[in-house]
Amino acid sequence: MKRKLILENGAVFHGEGIGSERETVGEVVFNTGMTGYQEILSDPSYCDQLVTLTYPLIGNYGINRDDFETMHPSAGGLIVKEAASHPSNFRSIGTLSEWLHEKDIPGLCGIDTRRLTKMIRTAGTLRGRLCAEEAEEEEIVRELQQWVDPRDQVSRVSTKNAYHAPGNGKRVVLMDYGAKHGITRNLLSRGCDVFVLPYNATAKEVLALNPDGVMLSNGPGDPEDVPEAVETLRGLIGEVPVFGICLGHQLLSLACGATSSKLKFGHRGGNHPVKQVKTGRVDITSQNHGYTVDRDSLMGTDLILTHVNVNDGTVEGVEHREYPAFSVQYHPEACPGPSDANDLFDQFVRLMNRYEKVPTRM
Amino acid sequence: MPKRTDIQKILVIGSGPIVIGQAAEFDYAGTQACQALKEEGYEVILINSNPATIMTDTNIADQVYMEPLTLEFVDRVIRKERPDAILPTLGGQTGLNMAMELHRHGLLERYDISLLGTELSAIEQAEDRESFRNLMYELNEPVPESTIVHNLQEAEAFVEEIGYPVIVRPAYTLGGTGGGLVDNHDELVEIVGSGLKYSPVTQCLLEKSIAGFKELEYEVMRDSSGQAIVVCNMENIDAVGIHTGDSIVTAPSQTLADREYHMLRDSSLKIIRALEIEGGCNVQFALSPESFEYYIIEVNPRVSRSSALASKATGYPIAKLAAKIAAGYKLDELKNPITGTTYASFEPALDYVVTKIPRWPFDKFEAANRRLGTQMKATGEVMAIGRSFEESILKGIRSLELGRAFLTHPDYAEASEEKLIDKLIRADDERLFYIGEALKRGYSLEQLHSWTKIDLFFLEKFAGIVKVAEMARAYPNDEEILRMAKTTGIADETLAAYWNTTEKKVRSQRLDLGIMPVYKMVDTCAAEFESETPYYYSSYEEENESSKTGRPSVIVLGSGPIRIGQGVEFDYATVHTVWALQEAGYEAIIINNNPETVSTDFSVSDKLYFEPLTVEDVMHVVDVEQPEGVIVQFGGQTAINLADGLADHGVKILGTTLEDMDRAEDRDKFEAALQSLKIPQPLGRTAVSTEEARVVAADIGYPVLVRPSYVLGGRAMEIVGNEKELLNYMERAVRVNRKHPVLIDRYMVGKEVEVDAISDGETVLIPGIMEHIERAGVHSGDSIAVYPSQTLSEQTKQTLAERTVAIGKGLNIKGLLNIQFVIHEDEVYVLEVNPRASRTLPFLSKITGCPIAKLATRVMVGESLASLGYESGLLPEAEGVSVKVPVFSFAKLRQVEISLGPEMKSTGEVMGRDQTLEKALYKGLIASGMKIPNHGTVLFTIADEWKKEALALARRFHAIGYTITATQGTAAWLNKEGIPASSVAKVEEESPNILDFIREGKAQFVINTMEKQKKAAADGFRIRREAVENEVVCLTSLDTAGALLKVLEMITFSTEAMPAMKEDRTNEVMA
Repeated sequence: MKRKLILENGAVFHGEGIGSERETVGEVVFNTGMTGYQEILSDPSYCDQLVTLTYPLIGNYGINRDDFETMHPSAGGLIVKEAASHPSNFRSIGTLSEWLHEKDIPGLCGIDTRRLTKMIRTAGTLRGRLCAEEAEEEEIVRELQQWVDPRDQVSRVSTKNAYHAPGNGKRVVLMDYGAKHGITRNLLSRGCDVFVLPYNATAKEVLALNPDGVMLSNGPGDPEDVPEAVETLRGLIGEVPVFGICLGHQLLSLACGATSSKLKFGHRGGNHPVKQVKTGRVDITSQNHGYTVDRDSLMGTDLILTHVNVNDGTVEGVEHREYPAFSVQYHPEACPGPSDANDLFDQFVRLMNRYEKVPTRM
Repeated sequence: MPKRTDIQKILVIGSGPIVIGQAAEFDYAGTQACQALKEEGYEVILINSNPATIMTDTNIADQVYMEPLTLEFVDRVIRKERPDAILPTLGGQTGLNMAMELHRHGLLERYDISLLGTELSAIEQAEDRESFRNLMYELNEPVPESTIVHNLQEAEAFVEEIGYPVIVRPAYTLGGTGGGLVDNHDELVEIVGSGLKYSPVTQCLLEKSIAGFKELEYEVMRDSSGQAIVVCNMENIDAVGIHTGDSIVTAPSQTLADREYHMLRDSSLKIIRALEIEGGCNVQFALSPESFEYYIIEVNPRVSRSSALASKATGYPIAKLAAKIAAGYKLDELKNPITGTTYASFEPALDYVVTKIPRWPFDKFEAANRRLGTQMKATGEVMAIGRSFEESILKGIRSLELGRAFLTHPDYAEASEEKLIDKLIRADDERLFYIGEALKRGYSLEQLHSWTKIDLFFLEKFAGIVKVAEMARAYPNDEEILRMAKTTGIADETLAAYWNTTEKKVRSQRLDLGIMPVYKMVDTCAAEFESETPYYYSSYEEENESSKTGRPSVIVLGSGPIRIGQGVEFDYATVHTVWALQEAGYEAIIINNNPETVSTDFSVSDKLYFEPLTVEDVMHVVDVEQPEGVIVQFGGQTAINLADGLADHGVKILGTTLEDMDRAEDRDKFEAALQSLKIPQPLGRTAVSTEEARVVAADIGYPVLVRPSYVLGGRAMEIVGNEKELLNYMERAVRVNRKHPVLIDRYMVGKEVEVDAISDGETVLIPGIMEHIERAGVHSGDSIAVYPSQTLSEQTKQTLAERTVAIGKGLNIKGLLNIQFVIHEDEVYVLEVNPRASRTLPFLSKITGCPIAKLATRVMVGESLASLGYESGLLPEAEGVSVKVPVFSFAKLRQVEISLGPEMKSTGEVMGRDQTLEKALYKGLIASGMKIPNHGTVLFTIADEWKKEALALARRFHAIGYTITATQGTAAWLNKEGIPASSVAKVEEESPNILDFIREGKAQFVINTMEKQKKAAADGFRIRREAVENEVVCLTSLDTAGALLKVLEMITFSTEAMPAMKEDRTNEVMA
């Protein structure tokens, strides 16, 4: 079925619909990863966004049972050049389009995704609407220009109830701002005893679990949209070792007094070089963020810049001067993307070991 | 850490001549490396024996030594230059082996030379099968069950244990020489036997066959700090079992989920870090199609063919950055040259699909065993880029220049079912087309998969392509179908054939409908960052990213894939044309599709279009660029073949006009032209039927030279001695008809001479005359060429120059011309005139110092030679003597006839240069890989007609102490002539016979001439193959043998007992 993507700048891309036929509005972003569409679409950080994949052949290996990063994907839509109708991989249980249907995610294929990517690169992230070919364009452009971005994404993707993923090692409270399964997987594989809490759990609630450490997850949107999470973190820093990833990193930074701002078109892909300031070591990292911690704003806070992006010099990681707290902007849990930085989880476990308290079980 | 400052002078070792398994990719890598090091202010010394390369241009390194890549000469260069460091990892296996040899002989230590890049110990660990396996066990990385064998017994024991099939891989050989898949005991004996011989350490790896697994490659870079990245991963369409150099490959991988992609990425990074590689490295994997099970197949601890491909596929210049890493830089200190703003420590993201298809030499070697296996057989490759797999693979097929524009072709429609299935199971070079045929016949994909082991993803794509084509066939001229066909990548040529119309009409229909491709940029980052790279590919998409700049431009057509008869020398010419155009103020635009070459380095030209070289694809570029003209003279036959078609669309062909080119190439017009210039040529006529050929040949008189009218590198050309042979040839070798006559010429025995010249129609400049060692009848590309001529009289040289000038002016040549002459009984006859760049252009440019390609280019854009300061005639001869010696790849091509004749067979060439002919020949011959021991045995098997001539040679061999051996008759005859010769049993006689004699290494040289008689010819063939397969020098031309003797006579001394006193008259006096 013919469908189209209308952007707030008036550009229109005509293609074929895949997946759900509902109309959708969202920020149009692009990801340069050549594999990992299943992980990307199921990553809660893409909540509401229309994700353009720059690699032209998507869906080649189908959809499998295992590689989801959340149970209920929240991506707004998918835009690709070509969606494979005959996937081939031993784990494949269906096509991408079938899965999009099932999850009620709309998609568009058959457009010049490189043109769209260049447009976003030049104009910055754009709002867009995926709709039927017949839709009235001018009106939609006007609507898009007046569109107010939703600010409740974290609350939508975070778990509603606390739950427990037991292990025999360190007790970690995972603050779920839209956590990927990969984070839990990495904690569990290190034997951690994981309690997953909703994003708005208070410091008191967290500390009541007597954790050895607190893990701050990734998540969608602007960190300033979740002041309650920042508030919670202020109550945790210094009390217990903290490790933040992505949105978790931004929230930790805000809690320590830094500020954040929106990037022109974000970092989304699996090839971003990040340099560790102290050692010069460079990791190729998996990234997915539209906001960044302002480098200048670290001045005067207790945060030390530990990692920078080799390409644009943006903040990729910080560490607290006094307290056991550190965070990174990228995804050491990989999936999708490289796991070069996977040892950050080990670093977190070591940190928890160093700050071992006498456990007082509840 | 920035670059090293403790070293100033760096020696770079090149890869020597082009052979199968080591081709133009090392010219690209070496050129980049030298330039990168010079850029950093180092003094670069280069040693390489291959004249047909850009890297051996004197402006690429500070000092260029064109000397043999042997210990003897590299040692000399080292002693003369005293470099501080040596860079061995950019000259292929040859460079690496040379460095190891220097190390083993203690030379690196003695001269205090540090090795840049990877440590030798790491190289040894990667290359030595046993230590590599041990390392893999340590790293917990899986390798297939295997064992190292040193003899056949060990091999048999291993097979006893794990069963057939097994793969045999000889240690330390190029492109898997001598290896193969073994299914039974006979094959085991054969392949292990030859494998052990080819391995310099007499070692073979036998491993459990994992044929049928997916084959993947990761191109990895690492710096001294341990930072490592993956530049590109690639998936072979052909499953494990076919050498990756012979596989159709896509980049990036298509059927790997993120998890598999990163599983193998992690593994390759782990390996490169464990080996402590500093620079580029290639890791090959086999991955089960049914699970996560994988094996490491091989690691190349150096820049390789795959890295050239990965560089062109991603835009990331691996060799250049590897050289900088070797000089001490870290990845994050180096800018990504494509974006100019981001850094080298990132992993390229592709937003297109790349396909590589190998180009095999089987059109030349019809008798060769075409089956593909672990021994690489391709001479070159093409690469194609598209926004879909379909577009990419179809562009690749067009780029091959096989006369096939599509996946299916009528040639295969006749194949029986049995043959079809066999071709699908036992892959050869044509499998892709048999797949197309099978799809047309409606075989199921599951069926095809079970036969080919090709992943269903790709088969599905092929099926889709065939389906679109069938729809197009069914609905002629339908707009929607046309649109779909073009997006799928189907060529106008194919549609025209289906629709019974012309390509031109399809094109104009498209123009009317606005169905035209756009151009996309290759930018390493999938458009994430702004790039200025002028590197484009076409696609039927929305947004065009390439547009005409304000400057006047010229398009230069490249020469496509490397094949026998059209090698790297044409790329050399192409690159020089580009430089000359830039110097003359033009924007130089290249269209080419060979990923191995310097010309497709995006930094060479102002704009690079990576496209097939067909009229349709070139016209699309012309439409966008609106150039002043197109240059076709430098791209070999590939470019010349497009001239007519382009001119037909109104494109201006620069240089010699088409009419004048036609006067050189059309036989009758050429004959008329020569007659009017009063220049003699051998008698010759055309024939359009076998009967006519018989009459013509009888009329002209035997021996005659026969060939089809369309010729590339002397294909299907033969010297025929009598009518019976002629009829045989006509039946076997050509399809003769009105449209395609055969040419029959008097074959004149005589010295062959070759001249390259530049002409502007008024002035004809002749840089030099080259004399061939082998008499006329051996293809000029396979002859040893000598400059300056050693035997021609001043008078003859004068005549050659006069005739060249007359032809240049007479044919109104504007640009290059190459003339082959034969000197027969003191008369100078013209054999042929080629109005384009010749194979000898780089050789002659280098030894005379005359910038031939540059001058020709300037002439083509309208300048006169006079205005450039040149006048007509022969340039003064340069000092010294230089020889160009051909290099063959016979060892890699089983069942190929090695005997020299009018058909070109060599894959590459080397140069030898010194003060005397003998010294130059010595260098040339050893550079070509010949072993020249100064004593030993020469085995003569000579046809009767050559016996008299051979006698003189045998006498000379005997005089310098060689033992002569021959079959009984010949031996008896030699003895009778006073040359002691021992005899050996004939081929058909019981063992030990002549074949055993060769196999056991008892002969150092085999001199064997072609027999016309059938039985003897078959024996001769076996003798020659036995020699090749056992690495014994085998000479089939007595002229080459004569040249070898000159060298031997120089390096050996005769030992004679003192003569008896003759002048002692005292006894007489006493009496």
